[in-house]
Amino acid sequence: MNKIVVIILSSLFSLTMVAQEKKSKNTKVEFKVAGNCEMCEKRVEKAAFSVKGVKSAEWHADHGDIHLIINETKCSAKDVAKAIAAVGHDTEFEKAKDEVYNKLHSCCNYERIE
Amino acid sequence: MFKNIAFLLFFVSQFIYSQETIKGIVTDENNQPLLGANVFWFNTSIGTTTDENGNFSIKKSPETTFLVVSYIGFETKKIEITSNTISVVLKEVNTLKEVTITKTKKGTEHSLYKVQNVQVMGQKELLKAACCNLSESFSTNPSIDVNFSDAVTGNRQIKMLGLTSPYILIAEENIPSVRGASQAYGLSFVPGTWVESIQITKGAGSVINGYESISGQINYEVLKPSNDIPFFLNAYASQDERYEINTHFNNKFSDKLSSTLFLHGNTRVGKNDMNDDGFLDGPIGKQVNILNRWQYNDAENGIVSFLNVRYMNDKKQAGEMDFNTDNDRLTMNAWGSEINTEKIEISNKIGYVFPDIPYQSFGFQNSFQSHKQDSYFGLSQYDIHQKSFYSNLLFNSIINNTKNKFTTGLNFTYDDYNEFVAVNFNRDFSRIDNSVGAFFEYTYDNTDNFSLVAGARVDNHNRLGTFITPRLHIRYNPWKEAVIRASAGRGKRAANIFAENQQLFASNRNFSILNNDGKLYGLNPEIAWNYGLSFIQKFKLAGKDAEVILDYYRTDFKNQAVVDVDASPQQVLFYNLEGKSFANSFQAEFNIEVIRHLNFKTSYKYYDVQTQFQTDQLQKALQAKHRFFANVAYETHIKDKGQQWKFDVTYNWLGEQRLPSTASNPSMYQLGEYAPAFAVINAQITRTFSSTLELYVGGENMGNFKQNNGIVQNENPFGTYFDSSMIYGLTFGAMYYAGLRFKIK
Repeated sequence: MNKIVVIILSSLFSLTMVAQEKKSKNTKVEFKVAGNCEMCEKRVEKAAFSVKGVKSAEWHADHGDIHLIINETKCSAKDVAKAIAAVGHDTEFEKAKDEVYNKLHSCCNYERIE
Repeated sequence: MFKNIAFLLFFVSQFIYSQETIKGIVTDENNQPLLGANVFWFNTSIGTTTDENGNFSIKKSPETTFLVVSYIGFETKKIEITSNTISVVLKEVNTLKEVTITKTKKGTEHSLYKVQNVQVMGQKELLKAACCNLSESFSTNPSIDVNFSDAVTGNRQIKMLGLTSPYILIAEENIPSVRGASQAYGLSFVPGTWVESIQITKGAGSVINGYESISGQINYEVLKPSNDIPFFLNAYASQDERYEINTHFNNKFSDKLSSTLFLHGNTRVGKNDMNDDGFLDGPIGKQVNILNRWQYNDAENGIVSFLNVRYMNDKKQAGEMDFNTDNDRLTMNAWGSEINTEKIEISNKIGYVFPDIPYQSFGFQNSFQSHKQDSYFGLSQYDIHQKSFYSNLLFNSIINNTKNKFTTGLNFTYDDYNEFVAVNFNRDFSRIDNSVGAFFEYTYDNTDNFSLVAGARVDNHNRLGTFITPRLHIRYNPWKEAVIRASAGRGKRAANIFAENQQLFASNRNFSILNNDGKLYGLNPEIAWNYGLSFIQKFKLAGKDAEVILDYYRTDFKNQAVVDVDASPQQVLFYNLEGKSFANSFQAEFNIEVIRHLNFKTSYKYYDVQTQFQTDQLQKALQAKHRFFANVAYETHIKDKGQQWKFDVTYNWLGEQRLPSTASNPSMYQLGEYAPAFAVINAQITRTFSSTLELYVGGENMGNFKQNNGIVQNENPFGTYFDSSMIYGLTFGAMYYAGLRFKIK
């Protein structure tokens, strides 16, 4: 009897979990992206848009957050972070390689996220 | 004993350690190590820096036990050392000294990033021309030329790229407003104080608002109730006995619902004849204009909605000084004219932005307008009543991402015209026009230095047929602070030949329409292509902000309803274009902020506007080939209570203009081939006493230039040669005015 209750409960629970994780086509995501200037903004947004599924990308130099609207069925925030790191910008999830960072314009040499 | 030894050993080791070094770590509040922090003994130069893990070691100093730890952007700490390992947490300094950067906003802004060649005239620019309505608002803007249409009605006409206002799409918040019956006087029915801003687009413009624009688009925004001030009063009086009053009452019923009531009244009572031609210099008359505007804003649910209800009644009387409207109307006792207009308008719009998808929205606009004009000019009569309905449904969204946006939608236009013309013929031109159209406009922006707008629309019009209107705009930033724009587009329109050329009624010309197989007054619709190229470079000149703007536009008519006043001074002919008709315009503008608060604008314009008339291919009459414009604006720094002085001077120079041919007239009624060049200077001084009160005084045409032969055969206005439509300048001299603005915030 107990077992059955557990199974039902857990299956219900997992169902709700699934429901919560249902992938939305218009998900708002924000995360930190290190950068300094307008040149950074263009580079970061360009990299974000290169990921399929990114519908809107706006990076704000003043607080260092990128505001994304993504189609979760096509990409995740981490995919975008990877693409941004690949062009030399550290993000909350993914760090840029030093050699890419070093090639950035001097005004873009932001403080690295450790 | 063992305990004692252990204690001793511990003590000794402790002692030895303290003789040698202190080890420590420096971190921020988030426990992140700080690299390169300075660590030194207080009041000495003995010190070290931290390594990449925030660690340091330093030999103990005999002089002090206080260690100082500092790091840029963090508070410096002074610590007494009591043990030989230490961890220091530094606090980040959040209170970096605040720097306020102020920049004086310009009256007119030229964008480097918009795709279309748009300039925005803000309130500041609009206030430079204190009086009084939209047709007078452009006197400080070099892109738009303002001139009088005739010597009788005092009506001002605007031109862009050398083409008159019918070729410009004039819209109120994107609903076409000055069109059809209101073409001649419509701009004078919008009080200047109602206007929040004006956007001027040179060239083809967007397809969203319709297919009619050829040389450009002018859109004006009316003040929004949600951010308006509770009370505004403007009063104006001028030397020629023109009085205007504007009051705005605003009420915010809740954080969502607000309303403004705009009341406008003006009257001209002064019968002046400064140039002694027996005619009034300007019309006398009065206008009542009421607008009640409601706004509903629900930001959470993404809804914005407006409702406008408007009523306007305008009466003008012009003509000879001794003309009496009761006894002399439509008689030959004296020449006179009355133009009475009544306008009713109800419009609403609703916008919906998807709450989770800020780039996706719907817009829906509806407007009903009734415009009724009853008028006579001497013995000629002109009555027009246009009832129109306009509806527009818009959807904005993206393709893949916000680099690729689109707007698509539908328009519907219905116009019921009752039009009666009594000149050398009496005819009823009443008709119903309607059109339905669908449009799609795609915008690409690489988020960097390139963008384009490509739009097209398909319309079905009961007289113009089914046709496609394509438009293309490109923007490219080749280097810093510079932009190159190119545009091309097609426009098509039904010319309302009488409503648009009402100045010709104030003459004894015979009207004839030479074609009779077309669908509008016997004529074919007008079709033109417009191509444009513009370049803006902003730069510092000796440390001052400056900009250079160059643009070139060409309008090529494939068909035009030609208005020919050159065939004979006793005739006006309307016919379909046979041959070439084009308008080339070149403008070079240079603006600089000479010192803080002192702005200097200057521009040169070249026009080459030609049409194939019956007689010849001719330059357009009453159009200066060369024009020069300069404006100097100076304002003092705003003091604590808002006190400020503002000074503004505008200089306009117009080169010689070709006059319509009068060669066949008796010599006393001839005007010559060209009108002389002349200049006009306007100036205004505004004194702001506080945030609630300001006064202004100004002068127009301070150089007192007068065109003395404005009315041909003025002594016998029922004679063969009478004509008041050949106006190249101003017919009255200098005019001074004063006014006040009172605001409750």
